[in-house]
Amino acid sequence: MARAATTADTFNAVAEPRRREILEVLVGGERPVNDLVHVLGLAQPQVSKHLRVLREVGAVDVREDGRQRLYRLNGDALKPMHEWLKQFEQSWSERFEALDDVLDDLKQKEQGDGVCDE
Amino acid sequence: MESVTSSGSAKVTLPSDEEILITREFDAPRHLVYKAWTTPELVMRWWSGHRGAMKIAEIDLRVGGTWRYVMVAKEGFEVAFHGEYREIVPEERIVTTEVYEGMPEVGEPALNTVTFTESDGRTTLELLQTVSSKELRDMIIETGMEAGVQEQMDVLEELAISLR
Repeated sequence: MARAATTADTFNAVAEPRRREILEVLVGGERPVNDLVHVLGLAQPQVSKHLRVLREVGAVDVREDGRQRLYRLNGDALKPMHEWLKQFEQSWSERFEALDDVLDDLKQKEQGDGVCDE
Repeated sequence: MESVTSSGSAKVTLPSDEEILITREFDAPRHLVYKAWTTPELVMRWWSGHRGAMKIAEIDLRVGGTWRYVMVAKEGFEVAFHGEYREIVPEERIVTTEVYEGMPEVGEPALNTVTFTESDGRTTLELLQTVSSKELRDMIIETGMEAGVQEQMDVLEELAISLR
């Protein structure tokens, strides 16, 4: 049943390990199906099946070039996930920086105690 | 732009559609990282990061015991989380549930597993958050909407790192 792809679909599509491998390969640039078959070590029908899922949600685009079909990433479709990861990572990094300060204090205190107790 | 793999930053990956893994190394032995993670007065000092000030940090560190953290964000609103300890291996591993109080409870609460591993006086902390795949997708979609349409994404490499 045809329907518009949503961000949720993108996330679902990207959650499958093999499809994530395909995306990782495509990060390096446009590739024909045969390349992907070779790099992933999967049978062509499996690769084609994964590519179809990725194409349906807009995560990859395809174009014909002579007899080849070339696949490339569609950054716009993957952007929401990337943005979320960046923000999430940023907030945890800030939290951990504050934790670093606490740990520095604890280390100093421990060393200080060691000396004073003698 | 900064690299996501720079030494001081947290590394976030998505091992599956129900898991978020946060990893960070600390220049301190494990017993101190564990202490900072489980002592209310110390949690008060770091948990809010730079996003606000802590108001409450309650920790009843035993299996079946509960915890509750409340922070007042710079913008003035309160952000509160609570949960229950499911498993505790001192200085090694803590498993807790986590509920965000700002959202109506739907289904199972998220489950957090924190592990502390020491090597050469440094500690690697791994926080694995297991959420429903719907919850994770909703978070991602919400952020995506906030971000809106900006510059063309040229950071696919970072994304690939995150997917690993």
